[in-house]
Amino acid sequence: MKKILSGLAALCLGATMATAALAQEEAHNEANPTHFPIHRPAELDWSFAGPLGRYDKGQLQRGLKVYKEVCSACHSLRLVSFRNLEDLGYSAEQVRALAAEYEVTDGPNADGEMFTRAALPSDHFPSPYPNDEAASAANNGAAPPDLSLMAKARTVERGFPRFVFDVFTQYAEGGPDYIHALLTGYEETPPEGMEVAEGTHYNPYFIAGKSLAMPQPISADQVTYEDGSPQTIDQYSRDVSAFLMWAAEPHLDERKMIGFRVIIFLMLFIGLLWMTKRKVWAGVAH
Amino acid sequence: MSGGHSTYTPTTGIGRWIDARMPLPRLMHDSFISYPTPRNLNYAYTFGGILSIMLVVQILTGVVLAMHYTASTLLAFDSVEKIMRDVNSGWLLRYLHSNGASMFFFAVFIHIFRGLYYGSYKAPRELLWILGCIILLLMMAAGFMGYVLPWGQMSFWGATVITGFFTAIPLAGEWVQQLLLGGFAVDNPTLNRFFSLHYLIPFMIAGVVVLHIWALHVTGQTNPTGIEVKSKTDTIPFTPYATVKDALGMVVFFLLFAYFVFYLPNFLGHPDNYIVANPLKTPAHIVPEWYFLPFYAILRAITFNIGPIDSKLGGVLAMFGAIAVLFFVPWLDTSKVRSAVYRPWYKLFFWLFVVDSILLGWLGSRPAEPPYVVMAQLATLYYFGFFLVIMPVLGLIETPRRLPNSITEAVLAKNHGSAAAHPAGAAAAPETKA
Repeated sequence: MKKILSGLAALCLGATMATAALAQEEAHNEANPTHFPIHRPAELDWSFAGPLGRYDKGQLQRGLKVYKEVCSACHSLRLVSFRNLEDLGYSAEQVRALAAEYEVTDGPNADGEMFTRAALPSDHFPSPYPNDEAASAANNGAAPPDLSLMAKARTVERGFPRFVFDVFTQYAEGGPDYIHALLTGYEETPPEGMEVAEGTHYNPYFIAGKSLAMPQPISADQVTYEDGSPQTIDQYSRDVSAFLMWAAEPHLDERKMIGFRVIIFLMLFIGLLWMTKRKVWAGVAH
Repeated sequence: MSGGHSTYTPTTGIGRWIDARMPLPRLMHDSFISYPTPRNLNYAYTFGGILSIMLVVQILTGVVLAMHYTASTLLAFDSVEKIMRDVNSGWLLRYLHSNGASMFFFAVFIHIFRGLYYGSYKAPRELLWILGCIILLLMMAAGFMGYVLPWGQMSFWGATVITGFFTAIPLAGEWVQQLLLGGFAVDNPTLNRFFSLHYLIPFMIAGVVVLHIWALHVTGQTNPTGIEVKSKTDTIPFTPYATVKDALGMVVFFLLFAYFVFYLPNFLGHPDNYIVANPLKTPAHIVPEWYFLPFYAILRAITFNIGPIDSKLGGVLAMFGAIAVLFFVPWLDTSKVRSAVYRPWYKLFFWLFVVDSILLGWLGSRPAEPPYVVMAQLATLYYFGFFLVIMPVLGLIETPRRLPNSITEAVLAKNHGSAAAHPAGAAAAPETKA
C-alpha cells in the first residue's frame, strides 16, 4: 500500500516537473519572436566566479580604459568615485592625476557663482550630459542608462530547472555574461522577414526586444592596450563587463574571502556541536 | 506542563533576593533549562528556535541599517548604495538583512509544514497555532514593506500592484488604498509610512512570539507520535538535550544562510531592483519576492467572474483566503489522530500539498499566459481542496494505523527495531568515528 502511494506521489511529481520544463520551451517564430533575448548569453569563465573568485586587476584596468575611451561618451557612472579606483591597483597619486583629467561643476563660490574645477579623488565620475532630458534629447529620446549597477541590474532569466542547478554551481555572473553577449551580438544579421524599427539596431542578445537604440559601440583596435592583450571586440567586451561588475559590486573580493572563512568556521563548529550532541544524547533513547 | 516542574533554587543571596521580588531568573530557568521536552523530537522541531534567532538577526541588522538609510524618494536608492559601497561592512549588513528575510520565510514555511504534518494545531493548541498565523501575517507585511525601501523598480511597482489590490474591496476600497499610500499613487508619503511601519512590525512580531512561546509552554510541545506526554519517562529536560540539538540545527541553518549571503547574495532578489524607481516606466513582468509567489499565483489564477464577484475581487479574496484558511485548520481537521505518521492517506495528501505549494510558487514567477494560467488554477483548486475537502472528509473515513500507548513505548519500539536490524557494532561505529 505504502509503495503504491509513494509511487503515485512520485508520478505526480515527475509529471509536474516535466510539464513545467516543457511549458517554457516555446515554439519559435523566427521573424516575429515574442520572447527575449532571442539567444541566451554564453556563460564565460570569469576570474571572480566561484567561492575563491577574485577580480583580475589587470582586466579591471583595461575595462576602465574601455569605459573612459568609449562608453563614457554617452553613459554615466554616477555611483563610482575616483578614490574607488585604488581598488584597481592604482596608487593615490595615480588616482589624483586620473581625477584631474575631468572637470566638475562646484559652487556656488563667495560671489554666488557656480564654477568648474579639476575633479578630486572624492568626486564621482561626472555624467556626459547635464541632465536626463539632455541625454534623451541627444539620443533620439532613449537616454543612455547609468552603468554603475548595470552588471547587477540585468540578468537573463535562467528558467527551470537551470535556476535550481545555479544554487549548487554558484552561478552569479548573469550580469557580466549578458553585457558581454550584448556587446558582441551586433554582428548577426536579422533573419529573413524580420522588421527592425528605424533608428534601432538588431541584436539577438538584447533582453527587452529584437533591437535597441545603441549602435555597435566599439570596433576592433579602437582602444590601445599596453599589456599586449588582444584588441578585439570580444576582449574589450570581457574587460568592460568585468569592470562594470566591479563598479556594481566593489566589495566582491572581500565578500568571498570573508565568506570562505565563515563557511570553514561554521563547518568546524557544526562538527564540534554534532559530537557534543551525540555525547549528550548517548544515554537517551530517542 | 509549565506549572509544577519548577526546580529552580537560587544559591546566592542576591539570587534569593531577586527571586522573592521579581522571579525572572526562575522564569528563564523553568523555560529554558528544566522545561520538559518530549524525548522523541526530530530536527523539524528545531525551526522554532531557528526562527527566534532569525528575528534577532533581522532586528539587529535592521537597526544598524536604519542608521544609514534615508526614507526619501530622492535619496533612498542612493543611500542604500552608500551602505553597499561606503559604510564599513555595510554590504554585509545589507546582504544579511535582505537574505535574512528570505531565510526567515524559508524557515517559517518549514515550521508551518511541520505543524501540518504532525497535527500540531489540534486541541489544546488551537491558540498556539492561531498566534503563529498572526506572526505569519505580520511577517508578510514586514517583508513587503521592507522590499519597498530600496526604492528600485520592483519596490515601486510591487507596491503599486499590492496596494492596488485593496481597491477591489467594495465601497471602502479606494479609501483604504489612499490611506495606505498617503496619496493617490506610490510616492514619498508611501515610502515614509512604510519605513515607519517596517521598523514597528518586527517589535509587534516579537510581542506575539512571546505569546506564542507562552502558549507553547502551557500546553507543552507536540512530538512526532502526536501522543501527549503521559509520564516522566516521556520527557527530558530542555537543557542540555534540546539546547544542544537546537544549537546544532541553528548552526546548520546558518551555514545555508552564509552560503547565500557570501556567494549568492542576489540570487533571491530581482535584478530590476538595482534600477532606480521610475513611475513612468513599467517593468515587463512585475513579480513579488519569492516567498509571496504562491499567493501571487493564487491571486492571478482567478481569471473569471463568480456571480457578483468580478475576477479582480475574486483573486484578492482567494489570495487572502489562502492565508485565512490557515486560521481554521484546527477545526477543519476532523481526525482523532494527530500525527501523519499514523495516517497513511493524510501523509500522501500532505506531500502532494507540499509539491502543490512549490508548484504555485514557480507559477507565480511565470507570466500570466497559457499554459501557466490553467496550471495555476488546478494548483489553486488543490490548495483549497486540501484544507476545505480533504482535511474534514479524510478525518472521518480514514483508518489510522495503530497508535503506541506512549512516547516511551514508541521510542523503545523504534530502538528495538533498529537494534535488531543492525549488529551491535554498527550502532557504536559512529561514536568511534567521531
